[in-house]
Amino acid sequence: MNIKLLLKKAGIPIIIGAFLVVVLIAAGALGISVQSLLSDSLRRVGMNGLLVLAMVPAIKSGTGPNFALPVGIVVGLFALVCCMEWDLMGVNLLLVACLLAALFCGIVGWAYGKMLNAVKGAEMTIATYAGFSATALFAIVWLAAPFYNKKMGWMLGNGLRETIQMDAFDSAQILSNFLGFEVAGIEVPTGMLLFFLLCCVLMSLFFKTKAGIAIYAGGINPRFAEAAGLNVNRTRVLANVISTILAGVGIIIYSQGYGYAQLYNNPLTMAFPAVAAVLIGGATASKANCVNVVIGVCLFQTLLTSATPVMNNLFTGTDLSEIMRMIIQNGVILYALTQVKGGSR
Amino acid sequence: MSDTILSLKNITKEYSGNVVLKNVSMDVRKGEVHALIGENGAGKSTLMNVLFGMPVIHTTGGFEGSIEINGEPAQINNPHDAMMAGIGMVHQEFMLIPGFTITENIKLNREITRPTVVSRIFGKSLEALDMKAMNEDTRRALDSLEMDIAEYTKVAGLPVGHMQFIEIAREIDKTGIQLLVFDEPTAVLTESETQHLLAAIKRLAAKGIGIIFISHRLDEIVQVSDRVTILRDGEHVITKDTKDTSAAEIAQYMVGRALTLDRAEGESKRKISDEVMLEVKRLRVKMPGEEVKGVDIKVRKGEIVGIGGLAGQGKLGIANGIMGVYPSAGEVIFDGKPLPLNDAKGAIASGLGFVSEDRKGVGLLLDSPIDLNIVFNTMQTNNDFLKKIGPLRFQKTKEIREHADKMIKDLDIRCTSAAQLAGALSGGNQQKVCVAKALSQNPRILLVSEPTRGIDIGAKKLILDLLLKLSEEQGMTIVMTSSELAELRSICDRIIIICEGKVAGELPPTAPDADFGLMMSGAKLDS
Repeated sequence: MNIKLLLKKAGIPIIIGAFLVVVLIAAGALGISVQSLLSDSLRRVGMNGLLVLAMVPAIKSGTGPNFALPVGIVVGLFALVCCMEWDLMGVNLLLVACLLAALFCGIVGWAYGKMLNAVKGAEMTIATYAGFSATALFAIVWLAAPFYNKKMGWMLGNGLRETIQMDAFDSAQILSNFLGFEVAGIEVPTGMLLFFLLCCVLMSLFFKTKAGIAIYAGGINPRFAEAAGLNVNRTRVLANVISTILAGVGIIIYSQGYGYAQLYNNPLTMAFPAVAAVLIGGATASKANCVNVVIGVCLFQTLLTSATPVMNNLFTGTDLSEIMRMIIQNGVILYALTQVKGGSR
Repeated sequence: MSDTILSLKNITKEYSGNVVLKNVSMDVRKGEVHALIGENGAGKSTLMNVLFGMPVIHTTGGFEGSIEINGEPAQINNPHDAMMAGIGMVHQEFMLIPGFTITENIKLNREITRPTVVSRIFGKSLEALDMKAMNEDTRRALDSLEMDIAEYTKVAGLPVGHMQFIEIAREIDKTGIQLLVFDEPTAVLTESETQHLLAAIKRLAAKGIGIIFISHRLDEIVQVSDRVTILRDGEHVITKDTKDTSAAEIAQYMVGRALTLDRAEGESKRKISDEVMLEVKRLRVKMPGEEVKGVDIKVRKGEIVGIGGLAGQGKLGIANGIMGVYPSAGEVIFDGKPLPLNDAKGAIASGLGFVSEDRKGVGLLLDSPIDLNIVFNTMQTNNDFLKKIGPLRFQKTKEIREHADKMIKDLDIRCTSAAQLAGALSGGNQQKVCVAKALSQNPRILLVSEPTRGIDIGAKKLILDLLLKLSEEQGMTIVMTSSELAELRSICDRIIIICEGKVAGELPPTAPDADFGLMMSGAKLDS
């Protein structure tokens, strides 16, 4: 069988989906609780959803998958940490943090978009390094900035802890548990999933507006857009502002679902899974939509959560699941990047 | 004949069913300058590609016919075979490395080397360069061209005329060179450099080298060549001794064809007013390969004006410059008001509709449905088909569909529905979508570039009829740019010929073939 033809015809989603079914069946056969696996998967889908959705405007605008997700993430975390410093609690903390994150990320995203316009043709490489730099820069901020709230400092000395418990601010799983229920042993984080789907719907609607269509045209055929009188540089900046805002808000949703805000090097590990997820969902480096996001995040996160116990059960004492995660995640990114047509931009 | 170096016999070549060369034969004698002339697309480049065994020929099914060199049948399957057979080419674009000296450029990959200790162990590629011998060879080649420039000079910074000569020196330095092909060698040269080059070509021929000289400048051909072969639409028209013919006759052979697109006879229903709709003054456009260097044009209301000329002379740059697609300078007055330049949005908003010559690149979003393509410009510029909700403007999907359906019916676009992707349509129907896109803006003037490029003859007729209908029924003013003279002559009221970025002159569509041919080649009309 010609693998290349199969890949082209069926697309990545079907292949990964088939693999996922095999893993789930194996889990059942090994006596692992499928209910708890699915509960876990749903939770992770809700947590990661927005971060994956952040890929859509960036890809559509022609700047490629947003490898600079950590830029938005650290700024979002900064907004969250500021609100913690002011000792906001519960829903207030999340609401104010989200609004503040959107504001900060808007400004940073604008500057970041301007930068991308200066490096046309090498966006993905530059984006990756922008992510690294921002994370490193904010590692200094976490240490040196004047935050004094005892709930998030080290036991000794200055600076913020590596992980800050959301529980200390009564804001862990607030959104997750909103309208949450349990069915057939599966816990459903309704609030978080609804919020994710709402954002997807808004994103789809946005791409039916004048500005959205302009972003799409500027990404898919810049010369067409310019001949129609559009400023393609501006559409690219707008798309990256939206992407960065989604990253900033997304990390706050992630933190409340996880129960911890993770600082320092952790934002670095967020970009690649998000890129991989949208690609698994059927997107390419130049085409993506919200359906790709939903399918991709479900497949990828379910695969991660279920493969871990299955692998650990089959190969006791090894860390094979982590290795497999790396292979799938980076393999999918590698595959998608090889499909980018040379000189298309 | 015994002194025939090369003869190409009955060469036929087709690209996937599209015949580009039909039974073309030509031969080149020893010491002869043989000119090859034809319009763009007449088959000159394809014939040379066959001669050089270029991959583009052999990956598309090869060719029919035979090549004989010195009377012996020759198999030329790749450029290396051609080189071994003693055929050389002087390229239009210089293939020189700026940081190398003249000698290094000329001897690249043909270096003269001598063995060293290292090379005896590790092989020939590590032998030392024999600079002295190489410089001597180069000197000889330069001397034969009467070039008094030091062979150790770096190529970077030399005038283009010199670079052209270095290219030639490289070819004649190759041992056993019998035939040299010059492909538009004077295109980038100044007047004096051209004269210098033509003299050098004559000298080379006098040494017994056969020369094929490709050019569209008729005066040069008359001046330098011994014989001339004219191609038209892939067919061999005639081969004549240059002394028995004239520039006017060559021009006539080059252009004149049985008009496949007839001009509608009888009284036109169209009204052309005296009011000037569009006035272009001293327009300069920086469009790569189609530079415009100061053009003045007046277009009256209701007129169909044709802009013609050979490829690369700048005719395409005019519409692109007015529409702000490429950077431009000068003055454009539209409907009595100055039009902002370098502002695509402003041009569209002022009421100019543009159908680009690059249908797939600039004209369409191939991966998007027909209806989005049709309304895109007017939606983005005039805010049509949008409904405002809060700060956002949403598209009115139903109205867009209705409008697209109407356009599909009016222009007779053959498609399954308005939701079909534009990329799935045939060339002619894609072109109609482009016209529909421009018409949706309710333009007062339509600039159409190469409307029939890459579409078959039946569809060509439909597009031209459509333009004529727009003019007759809606009084639309149309400026049509095209490389196909027959097409311009079939519907235009007058035709402006562009040559070297400037207006060469204006002719009525009924003017004789020779006048068009001469004007396009930059020669002055005597009569």
